[in-house]
This record gives sequence, C-alpha cells and structure tokens, in this order.
Amino acid sequence: MSEGEMARLMEEVEEKKKLIATIRNKPWRMKRRLTHLKEAQQFVDKFEGALGKGKGRKWYAYKVMMTKKWIKFQRDFENFRTACIPWERKIKEVESHFGSSVASYFIFLRWMYGMNLVLFGFTFGLVVIPEVLMGLPYGSIPRKTVPRAEQATAQDYSVLMDFNGYCKYSVLFYGFYNNQRTIGLLKFRLPLSYLMVGIGTFGYSLMVVIRTMAKNADVGGGDGDEGEFTFAWKMFTSWDYLIGNSETADNKYASITTSFKESIVDEQENQKDENIHLRRFLRLLANVLITCSLGGSGYLIYFVVKRSQEFASRDDLSWYEKNELEIIMSLLGLVCPPLFETIAELEDYHPRIALKWQLGRIFALFLGNLYTFLFALFDEVNTKLEEEESIKNASIWAMKEYYANYTRLLNDTESTPPPMDPSDVIRGPCWETAVGVEFVKLTVSDIQVSYLTILIGDFARAVIVRFLNYCWCWDLEAGFPSYGEFDISGNVLGLVFNQGMIWMGAFYAPGLVGINVLRLLSSMYYQCWAVMATNVPHERVFKASKSNNFYMGLLLLILFLSLLPVVYTIMTLPPSFDCGPFSGKPKMFDVIMETIELDLPAFLGTLFSYAANPGLIIPAVLLMVLAIYYLNSVSEAYQNSNMELKKKMQMARDEEKNRRNNTDSTNQVMKDLEDLLPNRSLAPPAPPEPGQFTPQQLCSYVKCL
Amino acid sequence: MGNKQTIFTDEQLDAYQDCTFFTRKEILRLHGRYHELAPHLVPMDYTKDPDCKLPLALIVNMPELKENPFRNRIVESFSEDGMGNLSFNEFVDMFSVLSEMAPRELKAIYAFKIYDFNVDNYLCKEDLEKTLNKLTKEELTPEEVELVCQKAIEEADLDGDNKLSFADFENMITRAPDFLSTFHIRI
Repeated sequence: MSEGEMARLMEEVEEKKKLIATIRNKPWRMKRRLTHLKEAQQFVDKFEGALGKGKGRKWYAYKVMMTKKWIKFQRDFENFRTACIPWERKIKEVESHFGSSVASYFIFLRWMYGMNLVLFGFTFGLVVIPEVLMGLPYGSIPRKTVPRAEQATAQDYSVLMDFNGYCKYSVLFYGFYNNQRTIGLLKFRLPLSYLMVGIGTFGYSLMVVIRTMAKNADVGGGDGDEGEFTFAWKMFTSWDYLIGNSETADNKYASITTSFKESIVDEQENQKDENIHLRRFLRLLANVLITCSLGGSGYLIYFVVKRSQEFASRDDLSWYEKNELEIIMSLLGLVCPPLFETIAELEDYHPRIALKWQLGRIFALFLGNLYTFLFALFDEVNTKLEEEESIKNASIWAMKEYYANYTRLLNDTESTPPPMDPSDVIRGPCWETAVGVEFVKLTVSDIQVSYLTILIGDFARAVIVRFLNYCWCWDLEAGFPSYGEFDISGNVLGLVFNQGMIWMGAFYAPGLVGINVLRLLSSMYYQCWAVMATNVPHERVFKASKSNNFYMGLLLLILFLSLLPVVYTIMTLPPSFDCGPFSGKPKMFDVIMETIELDLPAFLGTLFSYAANPGLIIPAVLLMVLAIYYLNSVSEAYQNSNMELKKKMQMARDEEKNRRNNTDSTNQVMKDLEDLLPNRSLAPPAPPEPGQFTPQQLCSYVKCL
Repeated sequence: MGNKQTIFTDEQLDAYQDCTFFTRKEILRLHGRYHELAPHLVPMDYTKDPDCKLPLALIVNMPELKENPFRNRIVESFSEDGMGNLSFNEFVDMFSVLSEMAPRELKAIYAFKIYDFNVDNYLCKEDLEKTLNKLTKEELTPEEVELVCQKAIEEADLDGDNKLSFADFENMITRAPDFLSTFHIRI
C-alpha cells in the first residue's frame, strides 16, 4: 500500500471511530444505529489490523491495543460507579410525588454525602488509623490521659455529652496526637500527614466544587430575556415528566392552568396604575426592618459571647448556661428566616424576585452569625495562649520538684527515677482541642435543632391537622395551618453552612468529618420519610432559575471563608507546647521544613530554598496578575462580540416580523435610512431614450406638425 | 464483570452500551421491566434477536408514564410503525433519550416529534391547541386557548409561515432554563 493510500485509510478509520463514539447522540432508530455500529466496528477491526502490519507499524498496533484496553477499563469503571450510587429508588419516589425541584435538594444532599465520605476516608485512613495502630496507647503519655482531678467524673454521661472526660482525650480531637516524627515499623510521619490531610481536605473540596460548577454551567442555557418566550416556554416546558403520582399530577394540572390564566391577564391588562410612592415607601420600610433585625441578631450573639467568657471563669453552671451560645445561634437560624418572609410581604415583589431577596437575607444572617462566633473563639484562643506561658513554667518546676523528692526519699542520687504518672503532670490549656470541642458542640446542637424542627414543625403539625380536623370549626387542611410545604432554599442553605463549619473544624477535630458523614446519612433517610409523610407538593413552583449553580457558588464562597481562619492559625499562631502533633515547634508549618531537611535528598532542599526566594516569588505573582488581567480583557471582548451578534440576530428577526405585518420599521436606523432615500417627486423628468417618445411628447410633436 | 446472565450476549450488551446512555446493569434492568409488562409475550432469551413488539396500551400503563398527559404521543414517536408498538430496541431508545445524560439537541428533536400531533413535521395551531388542552385538562375557555396559541406562535415563529418548523422550535427550546430538568424520566 502506498503512503497516500495508507494516510487516507487512517483518516477513514479515525472517522469511523468518531462515529462509534458519538453514535448515541444521533437521532436515528435503534436498529439503524446497531447496524451502523456493527459496520463501523468491522471496518475499524479489519483495517486497523492491516495498518498495523509492516515495519515501523508495531508502535501503531501497540497504541491501538492500549486504547482498546483503556476504553474497556473506562466502561467497566463507569458501570461500577453507577452501580454504587445509593438511594436511586428513594429519590425517584420523591421526584414522582413532588417534582424535580424538591428532589434537587436530595440530589444535592447525596452529592455532599459523597464528598464527605471521601474526606472521611482521607482523614481516617491517613491520620486516625496510623495513630491508633502504631502510636502509643491511651494512658501512656500525659496528653493521652485524663488528668487525675477529672478522673472521678470522666465517665459521666453529662460530661461525655459536653465532649469532656474520655471524649476529650481520644482520637476525636487534636490534642490526642503525639508529636513523634516517625511512628511504628513503617516510619510513618504522622505530623506531616496531619498537616497534609488538613490542607488536602480544602484542595479536594475546591476541585470537586469547581468541577461540578463547570458541569452545571451549560445546563443553564437561559440567556434569553425573561419575557421573550413566555407562552412558548410555558406550553412546552411546564409539565414535569418525572411526576408519577396521580395527586401530584392533579396539583400540577391546576398550577399550570392558574399560571396560564395569570399570563393571559398580564398580557391583556395595561400597566397597573398603582401607587408607586406607597410601594416604594413600603419597600424602604421593609428593608429598614430587616437591617434592624440583622443588626439585632449580631448584637445578641456578641452579648452572649461576652457572657460565656464570664461563665468560663465560674464553675457552677446550669446546663442552659453551659450551652447558651449554641442554643442562641441555632434559635436565631430558626426564627429569623420566617420573620424575614413575613416582613417581605410588605414588598410585593414577583415571587421569583422575592425568593432571591429571601435567599440573600438568610445568607447575610448566617454569615454574620458564623463570623461573630469565630471572633469570639479567637478571643478565647488568645487568652489560652497567655495562660500557656505561666503553666509551662509551672509544669517544669513541678517536674524538678518531683525528681528532687524522689532522690531525697531514696537517699540515692544515682538511679534514675521512674517518670511521673501521666495523670499527675500539669497540663497546658491546649487551645486547639478547645476550638475543636466548640465546633463539635455547635455541629451537634445544629443537628439536634434541625431534627427537632422537622419533628415538631412538620410531623406534629401534620398529625394535628389530620386528627383535629374531625372536630374543628374550620377546615384545617384547606385553610390555616394545613400541611407544610418543603422549604427547599432554607434546607439547602442550612446544608451549605453546616459544611462550612465542618471545613473549619476538621483541622482541630479529625473526628468531626465522621460525625458529619453519620449526620448526612441519617438526614437522608429521616428527611425522605418526613417529606413523603408530612409535606404536600408546592402550589406554585418558582425556581430561582440557574439555581443549581447559585447554590454551588455559595458553597465555593463558604469554602474560601472557612479556609481563611484555618490558614491563619497554621501560619501565625504557635501550637500548644504539650498537646497535638506539632507540639514543641515554633509554628505548625515547620513540620514541612523539617521533612525537607531530613527526609528529602539534599539537592531538593536547595531547590526549595531557591524557590522560596522573594526574588523568584515576586515576579511569579506579577506574572499571575498579568495573566488574570489578560484573560479578563479577552473574556470581555468575547462577551462584547456575543452581544453584537445577538443584537444582529434580534434585529433581523424584528425586521422579518415587521415586514410581514406591514407595520413601519421600529428600527431607528432603518427609519433614518428610509428618510435619506431620494424623494422621487422632486426630481426633474428624465430625458427620453433615443428613438422613444413619451405620449405627451408625441402629442406635442403632432401639434407642431 | 462476568455476571452469569443469559439474556444477552456480551457483544449485544456492549453494542447497547455504545448506542444508548445506559450502563450494562441498567440495560438488564430495562429488560426486566419490559418483560414484566407481558411475561408471556416477551422471551427471556434475546441472544437471537427475537421479533417481539408490545402494544401501546401495555406501555402507557407503566408507572413512569401513567400520569403523563403526552404518554400516547411519546410512545408513538418512538415506535417504528407510528402506532405505538414498541420492540425492545425502541423501548430502550425511548428511555435513553429521556434520561438525564441525553444532550439538549437530541431531546429537542424528540420533543418536537412528540408535540407534533398530526405528524406533518410542523407544529401548527391545531397541534398547539391539542397540547394546551392536554396540559390544562380543557379548563381554559376557547378564547383563552386561541390567545395562548396565537401568542406562542408569534413568539417563536421566525420564518413567518404561522406554524413552527423544527428550526423555530429548536431556537426557542434550547434557551429554556427548565427544559432539561423537566424533559426527563428516571427509570
């Protein structure tokens, strides 16, 4: 075969391969697809073999074989992956009863569960298990033992519920981990692994969130104007094909009919002449009220935090006083959103816009609460750091005394005394564990409050409406209070903020991710049951369109906001001197320096020291800034050309319509051009063609004759 | 994976995986659903490509299609004879197009076929009226129906023939933000 023939054949083979890859996207009948597929595969097999023979073609044949194996492996992996996806039946049931918008919350929950499971795998496999298997057991060193003073109460239920006692000195929290550089036979570097897992948690979450956002980006497609295709879209995209339950279907028919009637009325009515001034005043009033309540909630949290700092110095606290901060925060998250909704009634917006305002306000509320909480924690951390100084000296002094006493009692200065019993050693305040405990307590109280709310707000309400209806004066089911509707936005925001807290706390409490996995798992079953048993489908469905990416964008923002405190503490705060994997080092990231010096070959160390040179870093940062600026301007240029093209298409469409309807052109440019056309009536009469006379000229000539 | 199933040969399963958006497990599950619609008609052994079609009446009783106002049109659009008799190939094709993974362009083509009641490759006013009546269970007055259909055609019609060709329909539907999430059946 000649070279030219071979090249042509290779091209054909590539084409057939492309056909095989895209054959499922073609709108053909199945039988036609199957026959074409078989033909293409036979062609490829026959000629790939032929192309693979002869000298120099061994590499091609090898490449072909590896591609085939890779495709098969990918297919098997896809099969395995889809087989592992849980809860398909459950979600399908929810979809068929409530439609796609409610089910989207459960799909989001399932996605979060998957992400948390991976994070749990990292933390558990690389941090917890090595410490448990290869590290020192409980009771061997001071940081792993309950102090003698607390031992009497360490097993009490109330103490355990507060995450003190045995809980505090367990793998759940930062303080348990030993700072030995390598542990066990495998020389596993635990402190390095702890730091890497902490950073890797954020890296992995970032990657997963951005990948999902990119995937969702082209689902939106809604870049037409809101009013451009109102009736057409209503007609062709309002029925939800997922519905499989007859009650839901009846509901949907009713809501579609109402929606059409409303659009017809909007179309026929002129602009409503209502009182613009009254409306503006009411909107201003509503915004003022809401700002006041946001400010009030911020101040309340600040006040409670100051009180809890006072409580910290006292000892005789009631259960309420110990948990006041968490209770108040959870209550605020529960009470304020319905309050905002009631105030928003004053504003009288279109439901879709009102939903957006509501989401924005709830977000501001949660954000304010979270950051006030964080500042409070930082105050506590600083006090603990100051305490540490004095305790450090005290514990060294106590150790010297103990040795002195021992040698004195035995009158023998030669023998080495046994080490002090671990539970007697004076401990530092260990601020990292304290922070971890705060986050765990907050998460647990959040879980309790949300479960209780569903139980009381939805279940008890449904039971009351159902059974009291028989003996009540008005129809409880149709009027007030009736059954609840599932609050999609509130639940999604709660999930997003919960995840933010997990990200913040996971560095100080490795067990927190495990607690979250359990929470998401039980949440799935509990909320699926609650929705099916106690909720009714929404009467009007208004999705904040493109809302899928809205929630992902929120998640990304929260990820960055929770990254900041953790990175700040790693970089600036000194670790406690006697607890955790970084104890004894001046800063936490010194572990990396140590590893580079001791474990990696020498040239890598010099390489890193060159790379860390400011002379290299500053140009790199400048380069990145320039690259961002360039990409920004390129994307702006693309957007502009996009707008131009759209405008052109719109103009062409409008011209067609106007020409059809014989109305004057509405396009100003066309109007102006028409005005510029010469006015024929003003022109002098044209001279006659040679050999041709107009009738008048003929007449005049005849008259002359 | 080496599962010992005897319904399809491995080549058949691979071919189905190439031609649809389903994985091996889902195709076997679909065969189970197809079989349970008529256990005496549908053979368990598909290795020899048996020629077996199920009538429309059996398919529209599936729980996924039962409540859909367009169930008859859906099944008719995917059947070769246009009467709604589906072989297993067409059954799989139907659920593949309506699944989550099918791209927007493919769904737009079949949506156009479904809403084209008189099968003339145009969505004329009668098609729109039928669609609207099915959607609202005939709750709108004839004047309202007339108005809505007129407005819909005005909005989407680009070439001015008072009916929607596929180009008009596609231009309109690909911008709809809800199209992909509503035109979806989970099996």
